[in-house]
Amino acid sequence: MTSPTPPVRRVRLTYVDHLIKQPVVYELGRQFKVVTNVRRADVQENIGWIILEMDGEEDEIDRALDWVRSLGIRIDSVLGDVVEG
Amino acid sequence: MANALGLKCRECGREYPLEPLNACDFCFGPLEVMYDYDAISRLISRESIQAGPNSLWRYRELLPADYHESVDINAGFTPLIRSRNLAKMLGLNALYIKNDSVNPSFSFKDRVVAVASAKALEFEFDTIACASTGNLACSVAAHAARGGLKACVFIPSGLEAGKVLGAAIYNPVLMSVEGSYDDVNRLCSEIADSYPWAFVNINMRPFYAEGSKSLGYEVAEQLGWRTPAHVVVPAASGAMFTKIWKGFNEFADLGLVDPVRTRMHLAQARGCSPIAEAWEENRFMIKPVRPSTLATSLAIGNPADGWYALKAIEASEGSAVITEEDEIAEGVKLLAETEGIFTEGAGGVAIIGLKRLVEKGRIKPDEPTVVYITGNGLKTTELVEDVVNPFLIKPTVSSFEAAMASRTK
Repeated sequence: MTSPTPPVRRVRLTYVDHLIKQPVVYELGRQFKVVTNVRRADVQENIGWIILEMDGEEDEIDRALDWVRSLGIRIDSVLGDVVEG
Repeated sequence: MANALGLKCRECGREYPLEPLNACDFCFGPLEVMYDYDAISRLISRESIQAGPNSLWRYRELLPADYHESVDINAGFTPLIRSRNLAKMLGLNALYIKNDSVNPSFSFKDRVVAVASAKALEFEFDTIACASTGNLACSVAAHAARGGLKACVFIPSGLEAGKVLGAAIYNPVLMSVEGSYDDVNRLCSEIADSYPWAFVNINMRPFYAEGSKSLGYEVAEQLGWRTPAHVVVPAASGAMFTKIWKGFNEFADLGLVDPVRTRMHLAQARGCSPIAEAWEENRFMIKPVRPSTLATSLAIGNPADGWYALKAIEASEGSAVITEEDEIAEGVKLLAETEGIFTEGAGGVAIIGLKRLVEKGRIKPDEPTVVYITGNGLKTTELVEDVVNPFLIKPTVSSFEAAMASRTK
């Protein structure tokens, strides 16, 4: 019943402070075999978020996201938390 | 149901048919139900509502699902209690407590799951599902049991058995997921994409969330067809908060109450307060957090409706308050000792939030104020287990009298 091919991964990245100035999406596409597509974003002076679509091998996307996380960028579900009290 | 026209993206405005969808294909904005308010205005009146059942289905014209007796566990129309003792303690003359902890599965989640379950039947799903650490799981399992539906409930591994007993008793399929909270979130989103199930707060979310509007309708009706000057509402995803505001305004738009002047106050606990922190820092952007709070039913670090909750605060000229973690149990005890209502941590957050708003002068003594109590304390007894401290006496009158004489309170 599961999908034969994994769907495109959609994540919400939240940046704060100095990270806003880093070309993270560019670097992500350069360092990993992942096709990125920014779908929505809101960047303010000290905080910003982008909704990113990522297409590629599952393992490669995981590695890319580990790298993003290592920079101090928070990664969340696009639709908010689904685990409720 | 005939009054629901379709779904609409709250961000870009694109429209979709009434289907189990929760996000816009184009911008990933959340979808919301559109209604034919002209038709509703011809069908609804104070009298028609009062002639309806003593449940949230008395407002069925404003809900996006038909009533289905087969899956109804009688959610809603819970008491609105005029507070005496707590009001006096806080110096308020018109304080009301909306006690939603007495719903059939003991939380407000029965309202949202009632609508989601009814809609799941209409969409011909045979399984309803959710990811939860407590109240939502109970409600989904209870509705499934009543409706003869299958239920699949995902919980993070390591959760105390007591927290899921309220769901397990209805015999759903319980999946305890090894991994972090984020892992559970991700897994459930993936499963929701690939299994033909009604995930109440994922693919059913536009319909599910509408159930919370009834918390606004009921308070207005129970106050004698008027909206209060203030409400204090505990918040997790922010959805309930926005829907109470929406409920008040729909009633006003339909002429059932005067124009709304209610100030909406949102309460969160320090250990998970992404919405309240954004409000305090005057930014309309939610910074997700890792939840670490005793108010477990409010532990949503990435609140889907956080931004919309901020807009409701702004539109209503309300505010947000943060309850410190070491005050939560105090709030629970205060409500129990003054009004005889045993609530969970979220209720403690709301009560302390109310107290703080009064102390800051944001709520004046004669302004009608409603505090929402959304869950029952019997599910999270460990929060206040220090109250169990009985006198140990011998089976003699003298032992009893000695104990009575030693009382300090």
